[in-house]
Amino acid sequence: MVDFLTVLQILDTTLRLATPLLFACLAGLVSERAGIFDIGLEGKLLASAFFSAAVAAATGSVWLGLLAGIAASLTLSGIHGVASITFRGNQLISGVAINFLAAGLTVLIAQSWFQQGGRTPSLSGGARFQEITLPFAESLSGVPIFGPIYKELISGHSLLVYVGLLTVPLVWWVLFRTRFGLRLRAVGENPAAVDTAGIPVVRLRYMAVGICGILCGLGGVYLATGLQAGFVKDMSSGRGFIALAALIFAKWRPWYALFACLLFGFFQALSFRPDVVAAVMRFDVPGQLMDALPYILTVVILAGFVGKAIPPRAGGEPYVKEQ
Amino acid sequence: MDVMPKWADAILIPLISILLAFAISGLVILAIGKDPIEAFRIMVTGALGSSYGWGFTLYYTTNFIFTGLAVAIAFHARLFNIGGEGQATLGGLGVALVLLAVPWPHWSLALPAAILGAMLFGAAWALIPAYLQAKRGSHIVITTIMFNYIAWALLTYLLVEVLKPAGQQSPESRRFGPGAELPGLSDVLGLVGIPFSSAAPVNVSFLLAILACYFVWLLLWRTRLGYEIRAYGHSETAAAYAGISATRIIIIAMLISGALAGLMAVNAVMGAGRLINNSVENAGFIGIAVALMGRSHPVGVFLAALLFGFLYQGGAELALWASIPTELIVVIQSLVILFTGALDNMVRMPLERIFLAFRRSEREG
Repeated sequence: MVDFLTVLQILDTTLRLATPLLFACLAGLVSERAGIFDIGLEGKLLASAFFSAAVAAATGSVWLGLLAGIAASLTLSGIHGVASITFRGNQLISGVAINFLAAGLTVLIAQSWFQQGGRTPSLSGGARFQEITLPFAESLSGVPIFGPIYKELISGHSLLVYVGLLTVPLVWWVLFRTRFGLRLRAVGENPAAVDTAGIPVVRLRYMAVGICGILCGLGGVYLATGLQAGFVKDMSSGRGFIALAALIFAKWRPWYALFACLLFGFFQALSFRPDVVAAVMRFDVPGQLMDALPYILTVVILAGFVGKAIPPRAGGEPYVKEQ
Repeated sequence: MDVMPKWADAILIPLISILLAFAISGLVILAIGKDPIEAFRIMVTGALGSSYGWGFTLYYTTNFIFTGLAVAIAFHARLFNIGGEGQATLGGLGVALVLLAVPWPHWSLALPAAILGAMLFGAAWALIPAYLQAKRGSHIVITTIMFNYIAWALLTYLLVEVLKPAGQQSPESRRFGPGAELPGLSDVLGLVGIPFSSAAPVNVSFLLAILACYFVWLLLWRTRLGYEIRAYGHSETAAAYAGISATRIIIIAMLISGALAGLMAVNAVMGAGRLINNSVENAGFIGIAVALMGRSHPVGVFLAALLFGFLYQGGAELALWASIPTELIVVIQSLVILFTGALDNMVRMPLERIFLAFRRSEREG
């Protein structure tokens, strides 16, 4: 059977793999709550991953990499904002374009910058976010149950994992406990009412798109400088879409988003350990099934078999001010 | 009231959008330290300079016509089918199963069966998202994206676990029999005495693609069903008042769309002689750019597919001779989608102002 330490290791991997999903999912949450659909999360993750790794590799500073990653993601957010808010274009088409733009440009620039076949050099030392050992991790490791949990699972992650976890209450607080959050949600449900109250719809939506860019940027930075050590082609590998799936799974709510991302991160962690899955299920589960599980679950959720997922009412619609 | 004449809407706006996309692509080439004019020259010679180059260009064009038509017909019903990739993947499975199941004596018998298999499997993969959209209101964009991933996982599983012959390393099916070999375009052109490279992969499916363009035009503008699809796309409520069932239109439009995407496998899978992983090669996504650029009209789709066929083959040549990664084509594709799709109003608004000013001066003058 599966021992305690193996379970802890899988949960530890779960947390790491859930972090980029979580950033992207919360990013999408803020944007979609304000009525701007964003299927370009994938592209923003990828662009941020590349630019953070590239700048970190060139300067040796992960913090400059962080800024570069966020800037790249914000730039793509800006394009999405101009297309879908200012020019009232189709938000879905804009998102598709952004995904391809990032997929193409990152490899193109990587190749001309580093000449390593579309990747950045491997990052090490100060060019990466190092793992943080929380206080007392060693001295408490002797305590039964709690000790190993604290040492293996809670301690020993890079800074961005903890930032990601803290972002959940932060996003919840901003959206549901501040005036800004109330307005932001109102803009996603009934922009005309917000406009009538004299609050600028366009500005609010741009702010939401901007926050989305920053959060997605953090996700990409973690991908390239925390989870892995450098950028490789297409390294976001569908995470933006899994985040989108998690967002629907969570019905556009922050705390549920955390659980959805942890669940999908868990599936990803399991697909690294087919031996464990086989031991628990008592038959060979194909790895491809594990890969497809988040998508299958999302379709099931969307089909309404497990409660209905209702998106923000004004989502996807450009706002045209009354003349 | 229409501010602009029809030709401006159908030709001028896409043309300006594409020029913008290409101008920025040129800047991207400059930015990575290459010469855009030299790059363009390599692309033209490589893709159009020989019948061998044309053979590849038209091969890619064939794929893009099918996936472009698939997206276009869904657009007419105001449905955004991002699932062309998955539907074409399943279409490939359908083709492979049909061709592996029977030792076909001659391609002329195998081809209709393969067409049927491709359409059936492609349509089936579009059916569930269509049903969920029609009956449950689940957004078709999200479900079709999810179905792409499920299709890739399914095909990988089948290739590795079921279709791969024992003792073989690479995840591919065994080769289809000699009776399932499609004649190349060179064989067809040879009948009328036109010499054409027989080494290039373009085959009779190209003619099938042209036929598909005609049938889609016929369906959309000459049949009752096509009228209903377009009416539904223009105004859901008006269509409801006219007694057009939304459920029926959504499902039928998506079935046709999926079948068209699946058809690309006749070219890419039957043409290749075996089923491999990722035979779709992004053609499903390029269909989005093709449909947007072609304004969802079969003639436009054909021309846009030809352009992207040229870009694809030209891009491969660029990778070879100028060491510019083929991702350049992905960038161009994204810019075409951005400018012809999402930033349409950016081009349209100033143009409308110009046309208005012209009219006013005509009236006064």
